[in-house]
Amino acid sequence: MLIIKNLKASIEGKIILKGISLEVKAGEIHAIMGPNGSGKSTLAAVLAGRDFVEVTEGSVTYFGKNLLEMSPEDRSKEGIFLGFQYPIEIPGVSMVNFMKTAVNEHRRHKGLEPLSSSDFLKLMREKKELVEIDSKLANRSVNEGFSGGEKKKNEIFQMAMLEPKLAILDETDSGLDIDALRIVANGVNKLKRPDNSAIVITHYQRLLDYIVPDVVHVLYDGRIVKTAGKELAFELEEKGYDWIKKEVDNQD
Amino acid sequence: MNGKSEVSEFYSGLYTDNIKKIEEGSSAFINSFRKEAFEKFSQLGVPTKKNEAYRYTNLDLFFKHNYKSYFIPDESDFQKAEEFRCDVTDLDAHGVVLVNGFYPTINGKLRELPGGITIGSLNEAAKRFPALVEKHYGKYAKSDSDGLIHLNTAMASDGVFIHVPRGTVLKKPVQVVNLVDSVEDTFNQHRNLIIVEENAEFTLIICDHTLSPQKFLTNAVSEIHIGENSHFDIIRVQNEHNNACKITHTFMHQERNSYAASNNITLHGGLVRNSTYHYLGGEGAECNSFGLYLSDKWQHVDNFVNVDHAFPNCTSNQLFKGVLDEMATGAFNGRIYVAPNAQGTLAYQKNNNILLTDDAKMDTKPQLEIYADDVKCSHGATVGQLDDNALFYMQSRGIDKRQARLMLMFGFAHEVIQNIKVEALRERMDNLVMQRLKGELSRCASCMVKCG
Repeated sequence: MLIIKNLKASIEGKIILKGISLEVKAGEIHAIMGPNGSGKSTLAAVLAGRDFVEVTEGSVTYFGKNLLEMSPEDRSKEGIFLGFQYPIEIPGVSMVNFMKTAVNEHRRHKGLEPLSSSDFLKLMREKKELVEIDSKLANRSVNEGFSGGEKKKNEIFQMAMLEPKLAILDETDSGLDIDALRIVANGVNKLKRPDNSAIVITHYQRLLDYIVPDVVHVLYDGRIVKTAGKELAFELEEKGYDWIKKEVDNQD
Repeated sequence: MNGKSEVSEFYSGLYTDNIKKIEEGSSAFINSFRKEAFEKFSQLGVPTKKNEAYRYTNLDLFFKHNYKSYFIPDESDFQKAEEFRCDVTDLDAHGVVLVNGFYPTINGKLRELPGGITIGSLNEAAKRFPALVEKHYGKYAKSDSDGLIHLNTAMASDGVFIHVPRGTVLKKPVQVVNLVDSVEDTFNQHRNLIIVEENAEFTLIICDHTLSPQKFLTNAVSEIHIGENSHFDIIRVQNEHNNACKITHTFMHQERNSYAASNNITLHGGLVRNSTYHYLGGEGAECNSFGLYLSDKWQHVDNFVNVDHAFPNCTSNQLFKGVLDEMATGAFNGRIYVAPNAQGTLAYQKNNNILLTDDAKMDTKPQLEIYADDVKCSHGATVGQLDDNALFYMQSRGIDKRQARLMLMFGFAHEVIQNIKVEALRERMDNLVMQRLKGELSRCASCMVKCG
């Protein structure tokens, strides 16, 4: 599904990603962990198509296509979803209008008719229940005045609406209390299908108590320095990141 | 100040040439104001940038022009207005069509609406209801610095008169469609008088359209009296071509415990200047002053607001927002005056602007003069671009950049539109704003007037 090869990227001339290679197959959940400043969010930004990150080397192939040449909106319509670490507030744009436009753009891309208002609202109701989002939130402007937890739940709700093939969740768990964390994780699990995949970027292991990854990668200083099964997450929780840092720094 | 300038001389000349004809057709009471007003205009002249209130607006662009005619209506104009009242559809408002600010005579010069509301020609009202007109006319439109108000008083011969008797509640708004149309470059002035008596509730929409491509200059004055405990909304929708200049001076005089809101929505126009004067003339009065301007090309929109807190415990709120594209320029000047005895005043002001290009320019200036001490006042102004993070967020959900920009601009503008209380009207305005932002606006959709 997604093949990243020797990806190098910089922001304002500063090299952040120093050669990342990674393959995500259909049905897999990958966790990317690592200390602050290791490049996790930069990787997410590259995959979503943010233009402040400059890719200097390497390739990203998504279903055989060069992902780096696609616009952010095309990536979305082709099935990539980025759950933002800090979801953006958009005053004046209602959640309903926002999601309706997005869903219908996706449908158009697939050659489908736009949903009627009543069908759309029905879909919205179903998905709201699925992810346990407060129905009042849907009547407000996008993320405006939402609490941190509400914003994150809203990301999962949008994911449910857009049914991505590859979801990239950038620190969706940060700043969440345990109830919100459970709702977010449940949402991810309920949306899981054998043919879709997820990359869960997290600093903490606790999200992985709820979302069980197939593969865990540790990102440090712009490189993937360790890849293993889910047991790696427990090891990191127990021992922190210092031992990995030491291992890597000793090698250098 | 500038009375002897070439530009001002031209308008003085118009007065001299036309005053006889104007006075013949007007009531004696309205005529009684002319001489003094003309003298004041002669002193003050057409405002220049030296006038602080016009600092960012170059009126010469439109005033320095040899207008072929000064509009004084005759029968043929009224025939024309009648023709435009062709296809009245979707009538969720009581409609009135004017040509160049004048009320057609065809169906009688004054009409009665439900609840005893009278609407029609000011000139006719001055003859039929002299006591009413004399009580209010010329009482609110006053200025020591703006010569254009005096030029209007000196020369205007007619306009809309509306009288809403005490206790009348009209849920359905009245829509006045003002068509500007002439075969020659034309200067026109009209004068409106709106009297909303105590305990009444009334909503007025004034739509300004140009029908022919000639160069137009309009200088309009409206005096509005809002009686005790009454409720009044005025929405002005401006959609004129790039070769038209619209100058409005609206004086809203409020009594105790009354509520008034003004909403100036400028969709299109070459040069637009709206001066809105709110006088809170009794305890517990509340006013809202809203404005939205969407401009491009070389358009210029200037909003000047003056809120006068003359009495204690009044509330005022100003919200003006603009989206400026290409070479468009704009100005906002919001003055709040709090009199020494006006304790318990709440006064807010906000002006937010989005510039879509590097060439667009906006000047915004708050002006607070507070002479009381128990007062809550705030003001804020922003000039910025569309939020890149918000754009990316929308793109990342599959919404293309063009559409995302539109949605952001629309959302920005909607904050002003959402203050319109009549739902059908709010939806209409939303549609118009969307069309305008898409660059598709030529005529206001679903307007009651479907002309040619």
